[in-house]
Amino acid sequence: MPELTYLEAISDGLREEMRRDESVLCMGEDIGEFGGAFKVTNGFIEEFGADRVLDAPLAENAIIGTAVGVAVEGMRPVCEMQFADFISCGFDQLVNVAAKLHYRQGVAVPMVVRLPSGGGFSGGPFHSQNPEAWFLQAPGLKVVAPATAADAKGLLAASIRDPNPVCFMEHKGLYRYVKGEVPEGEHVVELGSAHVAREGEEMTVIAYGSAVHFALEAAEQLDESIEVVDLRSLCPLDTDAILASARKTGKVLVAHEATQSCGVGAEVAALVAAEAFEDLDAPVRRLTAPDVPIPFSPPLEQAVLPQLDDMKEACRELLAY
Amino acid sequence: MEPGNGVVASMPARDRASEPAAGGSYLNREDRANLFRFMVMMRTSEERAITLYRQGKVPGSFYDGCGQEAISVGAAYVLGPRDRMCILHRDLGAHFVRGVTPDRYLANYMGRAGGVTKGKEGNMHFGDRELGCVGMVSMLPDMALVATGMAMAFKQRREPRVAMTFFGEGSTANGQWHEAMNWAGIHRLPVVFVLENNQFAYSTPNELEFAVDPVERAGVYGFPGVKIDGNDVEAVFEAARVAAERARSGEGPTLIECETMRMHGHGAHDDMSYVPEGMHEEWARRDPIDRYAKRLTEEHGFSADEVETIRSAVKAYVDECAQQAVASPMPEPDEGFAGVFADEPTPLGDGHAPWSHWAERTAEVA
Repeated sequence: MPELTYLEAISDGLREEMRRDESVLCMGEDIGEFGGAFKVTNGFIEEFGADRVLDAPLAENAIIGTAVGVAVEGMRPVCEMQFADFISCGFDQLVNVAAKLHYRQGVAVPMVVRLPSGGGFSGGPFHSQNPEAWFLQAPGLKVVAPATAADAKGLLAASIRDPNPVCFMEHKGLYRYVKGEVPEGEHVVELGSAHVAREGEEMTVIAYGSAVHFALEAAEQLDESIEVVDLRSLCPLDTDAILASARKTGKVLVAHEATQSCGVGAEVAALVAAEAFEDLDAPVRRLTAPDVPIPFSPPLEQAVLPQLDDMKEACRELLAY
Repeated sequence: MEPGNGVVASMPARDRASEPAAGGSYLNREDRANLFRFMVMMRTSEERAITLYRQGKVPGSFYDGCGQEAISVGAAYVLGPRDRMCILHRDLGAHFVRGVTPDRYLANYMGRAGGVTKGKEGNMHFGDRELGCVGMVSMLPDMALVATGMAMAFKQRREPRVAMTFFGEGSTANGQWHEAMNWAGIHRLPVVFVLENNQFAYSTPNELEFAVDPVERAGVYGFPGVKIDGNDVEAVFEAARVAAERARSGEGPTLIECETMRMHGHGAHDDMSYVPEGMHEEWARRDPIDRYAKRLTEEHGFSADEVETIRSAVKAYVDECAQQAVASPMPEPDEGFAGVFADEPTPLGDGHAPWSHWAERTAEVA
């Protein structure tokens, strides 16, 4: 199997689906000749033409809204937000039109919105956000957040094939940092299935996206029996996998880079408290960004975003409980 | 009578729509009777719905398009079966033209299981996907972008099809309207934008909505805008026919501004106290249905009896539909939890296309 970066795996998955199904098309700002701000669609316009690699004007509601239109007419649009933050400018079409059309009218909207998200490189308050919880409050949207290169490819394929709108959170910090073996050709990872990234007995870290890597690294460095569950998919959420690990270790830390209040951590903690209370040996803890915007200056950003040391400290505390 | 799939797709880009029928008109006697019938059906159904609202049978509020009947009927009438629509809340006539029946409209208002949305949605927030329609949302004019996207699919697949959508002049103040116009202009998409200038966005008059007449904006986005008398159903039909033909032959979008007046409040709760004295009376004299009834007898050889027969037949039909709707069951509570996610794609179906032109096409192909 070839070794690809997370970014290359996304490109590979997208290219594979566009070759397989001619109804798949990409839409976004600067994705054509320029190949996208992060070069995910580099070379696509040469292979697939300008109709299927559509350079959009700077109008996010138009990108999402016209994608709904082509989707209900039988195509499978994959929209790129240049940065996840800009989905705020396309939010209306996403949460009011795309998310609710099937419930309201029985009209399926097969579309994917790719959302380069996350901080760690002085992007400041408008190029660093992790907006997944916004989408989780809009029933009708599926939300996935791969942590590995292979999952990035496989989840993207599944998202494109899904008949619903899917928000595909791709963490920018993982683009070139994460590398791994990725199956060639067709590779599909079912939505809604978590993955035990590391087996352990003493405690569980439930994470997704960049936090999965912090958790794995912390577990190695601490050299403790820590289980790491990579959620991969936030909606649908693999509640069975979460509860199985919680019951097994009795101690749960939920970790993500997104802000804390009403986030995925809160949801997972509530689930574990309600369904696995009798099996717990410690309170469920969360390691997240605090409820503040992501600041620009490196020392401020590092202070706000959870770091490896924060993960190790949170694990040590929970192990010692 | 109903053309099947594929008929329209096989049409040459320039089709019979560009050739007038005998007598120099694109409308024959049956078409004119239909235009009148659909307008009367819209008014009668909405009047019946207001009664149901006052009787407490309609939850929520009530919205109608009294005075605007010529627009949705005249514009929808030009469409072929495989064309698609996003219909708004003053445009019940377009639903009827495409094949929705008054019983399903009334059932939808009453939140019944047999409504178009099975109780998921109220009032005019519906679209029958089986009839090629994607229902509106409250945020305006979101559907302008959805229609633009549908047109993009037609263009990419090189299908001679048209997407049509409606919006009020209030919508032209919103950024999404500009995004849709700009996008449609860039790609010369086969979309027809029907703007209903009904004088007020809720209570806000034109002079507080825009500094430039919205029809003039079409030009700056690179396509024509035409302004017509929105209370003249044949004028609406003709403008929409030309726009649809332009779209179908690859010449791009058109904006049609239909000048009209919303004769009822924004919703049933609105007393219209903001309307200047005399304005309502002035527009009442231009009522689209009365005007067309007069024209049918004076210009198109209909007898007064024929016109009256259409009115009474529609009234009897709507009465029957209302009885069915009132007798129909409420949805089971479980329905409230169903359908958040789709299990499979749901292709849109084709709408009714009653214009004689489409029937002739079908006969020729057959």
